[in-house]
Amino acid sequence: MSNVTRPLHTAPTFAQSVWLVSNREITARLRSKSFLIATGILLLISVASVIVGSLASQNESLTKVAVVGTATSVVEQTNAFDIVESDTVTGAEALVRDGTVDAAVVPSDNADSLLGITVIALDSAPLDVLGTLSVGPDVKILQPASQNGFLAYLVAIGFGIIFLMSATTFGATIAQSVVEEKQTRIVEILMSTISVRALLAGKVLGNSLMAFGQIVSIGLLVSIGLAVTGQRLLLADVGPAIIWFAVFFAFGFVLLAALYAATASMVSRQEDVGSATSPVLFLVMIPYFMVVFFNDNPLVLAIMSYVPFSAPVGMPVRIFLGQAEWWEPVLSLVVLALSTMVVILIGSRIYSNALLRMGARVSLRDALKG
Amino acid sequence: MLDIRGVTKRYGTREVLTDVSFTVGDGRMTGFVGANGAGKTTTMRIILGVLSPDSGTVLIDGVPVTASDRRRFGYMPEERGLYPKMKVAEQLVYLARLHGLAPAFARRNTDDLLERLGLTERASDTVESLSLGNQQRAQIAAALVHDPEFLVLDEPFSGLDPLAVEVVMSVLTGYAAQGAPVLFSSHQLDIVERLCDDLVIIADGEIRAHGSREALREQHSSPRFEIRTAGDTGWIRSQPGVTVIDCDGDFAVFESETDAASQAVLHRAIALGAVHAFSQQRPSLATIFKEVIA
Repeated sequence: MSNVTRPLHTAPTFAQSVWLVSNREITARLRSKSFLIATGILLLISVASVIVGSLASQNESLTKVAVVGTATSVVEQTNAFDIVESDTVTGAEALVRDGTVDAAVVPSDNADSLLGITVIALDSAPLDVLGTLSVGPDVKILQPASQNGFLAYLVAIGFGIIFLMSATTFGATIAQSVVEEKQTRIVEILMSTISVRALLAGKVLGNSLMAFGQIVSIGLLVSIGLAVTGQRLLLADVGPAIIWFAVFFAFGFVLLAALYAATASMVSRQEDVGSATSPVLFLVMIPYFMVVFFNDNPLVLAIMSYVPFSAPVGMPVRIFLGQAEWWEPVLSLVVLALSTMVVILIGSRIYSNALLRMGARVSLRDALKG
Repeated sequence: MLDIRGVTKRYGTREVLTDVSFTVGDGRMTGFVGANGAGKTTTMRIILGVLSPDSGTVLIDGVPVTASDRRRFGYMPEERGLYPKMKVAEQLVYLARLHGLAPAFARRNTDDLLERLGLTERASDTVESLSLGNQQRAQIAAALVHDPEFLVLDEPFSGLDPLAVEVVMSVLTGYAAQGAPVLFSSHQLDIVERLCDDLVIIADGEIRAHGSREALREQHSSPRFEIRTAGDTGWIRSQPGVTVIDCDGDFAVFESETDAASQAVLHRAIALGAVHAFSQQRPSLATIFKEVIA
């Protein structure tokens, strides 16, 4: 044979095979226009949300208040209002009527008045003005919330959306690529060349790297955005949560990727991918809806932060809220890593048993039994 | 030498291969013939390790095949397919590298093969944009790109135009001439007849016949003779130990019970005048096939 003299066919190791397969996955993805466009949009949305957030917080304007005479000093003390001076009470009332100011503060006619001022408003008591000018009792808060509720809600939803979008996009990509190989039958050539495990591992690795790369770029862009727009305080709060999110995502995505590959391998046509992988889609959507509905419920969040499917969202949110002890993310990560290993083992069994079965959908029992 | 020994495969309770044994010798073009569902594809998948047998082994030069040996096989599955959106040359380089070739070798082999198969101009086209015939050629290139030492090809000629059949035939015989064992299945018995040195016939999961093409023909040849002479052949009817099947002027076909009886016919014919042809009828592959699987 002509090749006897050449040192060919040095069988690649498992790792080399995995690397070749994952390289092909990545190249195929980078060449796909729809992937590039979708990624671009996702990155734009993340940057835009940071910028919009910063603009909204800067433009928060002070309430305009008209003041007359001795009331001026009272209002000025608060530093909370945009002050319009008026000479007479009638003049101040006119300003309230035509909407130039939200309220007027004038010296009180009533000698018994505690504060010596009267607030004039158009049709209802102006609560923000009253709140600022009122004298309140001392307040002692026993368990101060470390984050304000609305911000916590936004951060939770942000993690949820990013997880949901990345996981479904790349999950669907893996599923399609599995069925593409099955449908075009190239899988038989691949199976005769490298082990099924190497093939599955390469697919999962390639797509996980892409998904992880996307998450890291979003994290970086958001962090840079927060720093540049001067929201450093928020960055200091969100930063650790973002880093943990990336770490959890790396494991959580591998788990989902193995599930997507295994379920997709049970069908032979692209048309059937959707229905075959829908159980996995539900698993991906659970954490999203849980954080939307239960982000103010510490017990539900705590449970979520340990369940492997929702941990990538649940734990970072708890870290952000300051509810998690230092060891909790580590423990949850161990749980996640172990379940990922189990799922990969089961998934590769389903995958290798179902790959050569064309035609009708392979039942889960057959795929597990082999 | 590739040795398939006692291979049995069951799907559930259905036995699709029963004690299948045959060899594919070095440099032998071995035709694998059988009806649809006889077990050809299953056998080939087991040789390639895509399926595992319930019992039996596949040996290379007497040693059981390992996973890394299988990279030295060139395989063309019955169900054709390559990545539709990948460029032809890129795809071949990828497959060559999966088989363990260094990048430089992979590229060189790809260029060589595309040249031989007349696909050089299509190298940077995606597979899905190729014509059906060219897709077939690309598929053959995919089986050969890593310089395999063994070839296992499931229906390599189906769907090829006559020109491509010639190209593929010459490529395959080239491999066999270099000493590679080549196993190929085909429904086109005329191609198998022209191409193969050895023949394996399978029916219902059992090997019904195997051996060299000539030996099988010998084994299955009938005691039937053809003769063409200068004069009329009607006299053969009166020869002892001979039954005339067909007689048409100077041409006759007859069956003889013994060698002596047929030789007697030849002697008499020579005595009577010129003999233009005298031969034992050789069965065609189709005839042998029908006989064997009946």
